[in-house]
Amino acid sequence: MSRLSELFKQQSQRVLNVYCTAGFPLLNSTLEVMESLQQNGANIIELGMPYSDPLADGEVIQSSGNIALANGMTIETLFEQLAHMRKTIHIPVVLMGYMNPILQYGFEQFCKKAKEVGVDGLILPDLPLYEFEHLYGTSIQQNGLDFVFLVTPETPEERLRKLDSLSTGFLYAVSSSATTGKDKDFSKVAIYLQKLQAMHLKNPVLVGFGIKDKETFDAVSAYSNGAIIGSAYIQALSKGGSIELVTSQFLKGVLN
Amino acid sequence: MHLFNELTNYQAPSKEGYYGEFGGAYIPEMLYGNVETLKTQYLQIMEDPAFKEEVAALLKDYVGRPTPLFYAERLSKEIGTNIYLKREDLCHTGAHKINNTIGQIILAQRLGKKKIIAETGAGQHGVATATVCALKGMECVVYMGEKDIERQAPNVARMKMLGATVVPAASGSKTLKDATNEAIRAWINEPDETHYIIGSVVGPHPYPDMVARFQSVISEETRKQLKEKTGSELPTHVIACVGGGSNAAGAFYHFLNEPTVELVAVEAAGHGVNSGMSAATTQLGTTGILHGSKSIVMQTKDGQVVEPHSISAGLDYPGIGPLHAFLYESKRGTFMSATDEEALDWAFHISEIEGIIPALETAHAFSVLPKINFKPTDVVVVCLSGRGDKDLATYMQAMDLKK
Repeated sequence: MSRLSELFKQQSQRVLNVYCTAGFPLLNSTLEVMESLQQNGANIIELGMPYSDPLADGEVIQSSGNIALANGMTIETLFEQLAHMRKTIHIPVVLMGYMNPILQYGFEQFCKKAKEVGVDGLILPDLPLYEFEHLYGTSIQQNGLDFVFLVTPETPEERLRKLDSLSTGFLYAVSSSATTGKDKDFSKVAIYLQKLQAMHLKNPVLVGFGIKDKETFDAVSAYSNGAIIGSAYIQALSKGGSIELVTSQFLKGVLN
Repeated sequence: MHLFNELTNYQAPSKEGYYGEFGGAYIPEMLYGNVETLKTQYLQIMEDPAFKEEVAALLKDYVGRPTPLFYAERLSKEIGTNIYLKREDLCHTGAHKINNTIGQIILAQRLGKKKIIAETGAGQHGVATATVCALKGMECVVYMGEKDIERQAPNVARMKMLGATVVPAASGSKTLKDATNEAIRAWINEPDETHYIIGSVVGPHPYPDMVARFQSVISEETRKQLKEKTGSELPTHVIACVGGGSNAAGAFYHFLNEPTVELVAVEAAGHGVNSGMSAATTQLGTTGILHGSKSIVMQTKDGQVVEPHSISAGLDYPGIGPLHAFLYESKRGTFMSATDEEALDWAFHISEIEGIIPALETAHAFSVLPKINFKPTDVVVVCLSGRGDKDLATYMQAMDLKK
């Protein structure tokens, strides 16, 4: 059983997935950030691979990516940093990124290497359903990686069922059609999440986009298996200070 | 991994928008609804006779089509062949860009959209979009790189005078690539009532095909005009400059499936293809995904998209439309390049011997004329994609240097 399935088997409520950018704030802070997240109560780490043109991300995450790129982060360097991560990281790790850098690295090679270092799954927002089914899905599945599709309030039911059937690990419910880091109207989000609940999907559902604190985490956790926090944590890290201190304060604020 | 191997019709990408391995719609799920609506409806709308009629009427009475096909006598004599200029520079707003914006604004109306967003580099597509939005009373927001806003002040003023809001793109390198990112993000953030008018044959399917079809009026007219002037609809060569590739797509379109017609695409070599300051995408790029489609992309070995360089802002783009990537890969197209200096020289030369001041982009297309071995009987069409008014500052600088 995959680490993600194992996690959701043990905990079906208030699962917290925290996004961080590889190579941010410093090139070599990747593991330290991941260890802090694990230490302070995150259940899943979503590790972002920086890209020059991240279409689905808002300015906070994009600017952390630019800093990481300026720091010299590449996929190759990232895999070096992660080579021994499983000595200290025991929670699921999901890589998030865009297709272009992965194609340059070699898609098959990327999947193989990700599995080898102990990555559990992938979130690739610009790999759509058709291309997943016809070109890339096989490499992901053959290497034993979970693949998480995004769904939005506008995704039609039939397509949503299909995306759920092809996803493993969990399903990423985007709270509304928007880029990351924007404020949301949470009464609308609640209605959407209740609709998802009523569909009895195959996968657990984590909600992302606009989740930034205890209030929003609680609000969406009421109707889902948990949430993904990204921009708010990156913003906290951007202010500087000890990674451990920033992370413990941030996660206390969300979880307590 | 070709999804579209049996390509006998270059005008028709596969149902999912592939030309060979290039194309597709590599977009986040947040854009699925909008793109899917376009994908399922664009052909139906474009083939509706009432739609066609409305577009044709505006192209005739508002844009000034058909644009002339002009026999360039002095240039022909100099090169030793027969050269015809397709005068897109005579379109309203000064370039071919409006062929596409006229089509897309009416399409947006049919889709019930209330607001238009667009990206622009030099500002030509922004002006063409602001123009049709004024014409149709639609709200218009144009995303433009902060750097481009500084260096293209007259076009920024034009867009504002036409009632558009110009939003500076401050992310990344602050040029066309980033303006496109910002426009796509804006579309993600307010999709319902907004249509995104992409200015070139780039972006996710169906944009490359849709924009090529709207620009195809260029070659449709060329065929008829050649028949009148030469007795044959077919030239031996069609030459056009390529950034994203919309004027080339339009100039090639009705000749794509005519194997006797040589299609010559001219990219911007900047300071020279191997100078590190170039925009010659097919020469310097590798297969990649940018702005929602798979194509040839200028990038680092780690897959980060790089900033190209060209003296002409309209060719200053690190990608190329998927149709062109396929023309390159399949060798159906001949890809050449011209440096900043060659383009400048030819802008002056064409002004002096034909009395036409071309845009810097177009000047690239002329630059390859002496490099091709033409026969005296050849019939060569050069797509004169735009006029040079917008480049006067650059031309004035060049004249000062020559003094």
